[in-house]
Amino acid sequence: MVAGGQSASAPAIALSVRGLTVRLPDGMERRHAIEDISFDLPRGQILCVIGESGSGKSVTANTVMGLLPKVMQTSAGSITLEGREIVGIAPEELRRLRGQVVAMIFQDPLSALNPLMTVGAQIDETMAAHGIGTPGTRRERAIALLTEVGLPEPALMYHQYPFRLSGGQRQRVMIAMALALEPTVLIADEPTTALDVTTQAQILALIREIQRRKGMSVLFITHDFGVVAEIADSVVVMEKGHVVERGDAEKVLKSPDHPYTQRLIAAVPHLRAEDRPRAAGAGAPAKAEPVLRVRNLVKTYRSGSALFGTQRVVPAVQDVTFDVWPGRTLGIVGESGSGKSSLGRLLIRLMEVDSGEILFGDRDIAALSDAEFRGLRPKIQMIFQDPFASLNPRMTIGTILTVGPIAHGTRAARARDEAKALLDLVGLDARAFERYPHEFSGGQRQRIGIARALMFKPELLVADEAVSALDVSIQAQILELLDGIQRETGVAMIFITHDLRVASQICDEIAVMQKGRIVEFGRPSRIFFHPEADYTRELVAAIPGEHFGEQTRTAAETAARA
Amino acid sequence: MASTDIDTTPLPRWWHSRVVQRFFGHRLALLGLVMITLLTLACGIGPYLLPYDSLHIDLLARFAPPLTGGHYLGTDPLGRDVAARLLMAGRISLLVGFFAMLLATVLGTLIGVVAGYGGRTVNAVLMRLVDGFLSFPTIFLLLALAVALKPSPIMITVIIALTGWMEVARIVEAEVRSLKEREFVLAGRMLGLGRAHIMFREILPNCMGPIIVAATLTVARAILLEAYISFLGFGIQPPLPSWGNMLNGAQQYLGSAPWLAVVPGAAITVAVTSFNFIGDGLRDALDVRNDSF
Repeated sequence: MVAGGQSASAPAIALSVRGLTVRLPDGMERRHAIEDISFDLPRGQILCVIGESGSGKSVTANTVMGLLPKVMQTSAGSITLEGREIVGIAPEELRRLRGQVVAMIFQDPLSALNPLMTVGAQIDETMAAHGIGTPGTRRERAIALLTEVGLPEPALMYHQYPFRLSGGQRQRVMIAMALALEPTVLIADEPTTALDVTTQAQILALIREIQRRKGMSVLFITHDFGVVAEIADSVVVMEKGHVVERGDAEKVLKSPDHPYTQRLIAAVPHLRAEDRPRAAGAGAPAKAEPVLRVRNLVKTYRSGSALFGTQRVVPAVQDVTFDVWPGRTLGIVGESGSGKSSLGRLLIRLMEVDSGEILFGDRDIAALSDAEFRGLRPKIQMIFQDPFASLNPRMTIGTILTVGPIAHGTRAARARDEAKALLDLVGLDARAFERYPHEFSGGQRQRIGIARALMFKPELLVADEAVSALDVSIQAQILELLDGIQRETGVAMIFITHDLRVASQICDEIAVMQKGRIVEFGRPSRIFFHPEADYTRELVAAIPGEHFGEQTRTAAETAARA
Repeated sequence: MASTDIDTTPLPRWWHSRVVQRFFGHRLALLGLVMITLLTLACGIGPYLLPYDSLHIDLLARFAPPLTGGHYLGTDPLGRDVAARLLMAGRISLLVGFFAMLLATVLGTLIGVVAGYGGRTVNAVLMRLVDGFLSFPTIFLLLALAVALKPSPIMITVIIALTGWMEVARIVEAEVRSLKEREFVLAGRMLGLGRAHIMFREILPNCMGPIIVAATLTVARAILLEAYISFLGFGIQPPLPSWGNMLNGAQQYLGSAPWLAVVPGAAITVAVTSFNFIGDGLRDALDVRNDSF
């Protein structure tokens, strides 16, 4: 039943990588994607490979699967899979190993599933490609697999198309496909990164459970130390294509040796027990008027046609009411589809409000026409989620920063001086002014996005998942920057995020949204440590890696059982 | 406040150079570029270097085959030098092709951007207009218009442009529709930029790639269309030569003086294929997905 149930002849190391080096094509930022990587995946264990973007962790996984892009080649080293060398073996032989001995789960279950095939057909295909079973037995097996990964009504699910499933269900289907041929090694490349936190917790539990039940060995790629704490037996830490640390999960998490690992672990946000100290520089915020008062806001999406009876009505924001105070940050947290991003867009009038009031000062901006609102736009600014999409690739940083003020009548020379001062404020060199967005890293671009939002000296900043696309160490820097800016300027902030740990770092008050409604509102310390709503409790429980103690216990149990 | 490093070495615009590199790595595109350059140069300065003027009639040397008596490409039924006429015709054909492209591209881009960025109604009206234009059989439309209007080179250019802008409009509309959901466009709205500013200064520069490709292919199409209608006698009128009407004059002598048809035919083929090669090369070079990494 457990890991010990393997046949005696199987080696104790399921996957062994020695001195693996993969060259990058010329002209890239470094010569090797990964260089001299070595690690062992012991049988029946979960090995996490962790690193920030560009660390080479996904290249490692793809090399083992033989799925490298053509321009990248393994230039040295060996990979031993179940006692067989697989570097340099014939593609046909490797194809037979894939699926039967080693299988993979991908990050984005929507793009990894064929949208034109039913779930059942795709699982069936995996088995048929390896010439296993008859159509009848394959069908039975597929339904058994769907049952095994905990999908409801597997017999019906067999006939569904991927677009009908939720993200978590799709990832379960991917896992079912990976399990179809009973592989002994499973590679999971960030399988929960695209999922909501509660779904992530379920999928992690599922992978853990299946791994134990089948005694599989799992190579788990992630960037999140919380996830590592949740499931890893041992850890390999990668930085810029090198392994910088490896060892027992408990040891690496509790007392990391390498400075890079220490920095990464220190940067992981945690729920904070105490509330954020009030910004002192912002006058006497307790007595001031709220910057923004939102009353009974409603927005409903309609698609399709009422005429043909195909109309779909999705309530995005329902009866939402809150206040935002100067110098303070209101966090809006929730999972995808909770309406938090719609709410942000309503507030800066990128969408029309159905009903309700948005009182900015004493004016209801929900009722203003576009032209009337234009004069108020500078007062309410937004920081966007994706630092790669939110800056126009064809414009210099200078143009990006000054185009707004100039359109509102500021003289060009003055706008330029202000832009340079702001670049300094957000921690960028003034020389950035002449450069194009693609010359900057994600974190630097996000700083530019913040500078753009500050150009008008706004009274309210709406940050929509402003740090979600960034690595943890960069995330911490940006949060610090936002905190500093708020203390200096006394700007009010609405911080929209799906990450409760981040929200607890920066927010004074938090509103928890579910299905378009605010289900709980309060100080972070109360919300996270004494949640009242069931939904909040669920969210808090699903945060990965918040309970290192319990993790240690489960790891010890596993060790004892194996 | 913490400062992060920025790389201050003067970077070349890498995407820029990479596009250029990929274009020059495309052998056919390079060939096309060289051919077009040579052809343009020849049409531009060639006529001054040839011994005969394109209008000079030498009745004693009618139907002279190529390479006789200083007529490098022979003479036509009136004894005019085919080489000189070919190059003069090239000026007309290439100019018509170029300006038709320019007009079609500007018109198509305008309509495409407005349709793509505009609301549902604007989009529906403009795109149905595009569909309407596309549903006319081009050649008949061209012929009908050419009969109704006086066929001068300018009029031919306008007519060809009017039948060729829909392609560009469709490409631009699709591109703009996907770009307008991008966050930098939302950011522009957040800053309070006007609609025209967002459409033409934020979005348009980001669709230049596909527009350039479509424009190049439109030149090829315009040259071909001009040849069609001139061949049928409704286009450029003699004595003004164009590659199309040279072919028209040549068809009755196909057996006895084949060079009369072969020479302008070859010129059309070279020009059109070259532009197509360039267009293909540009498409590959500008498509980031084609990047090997």
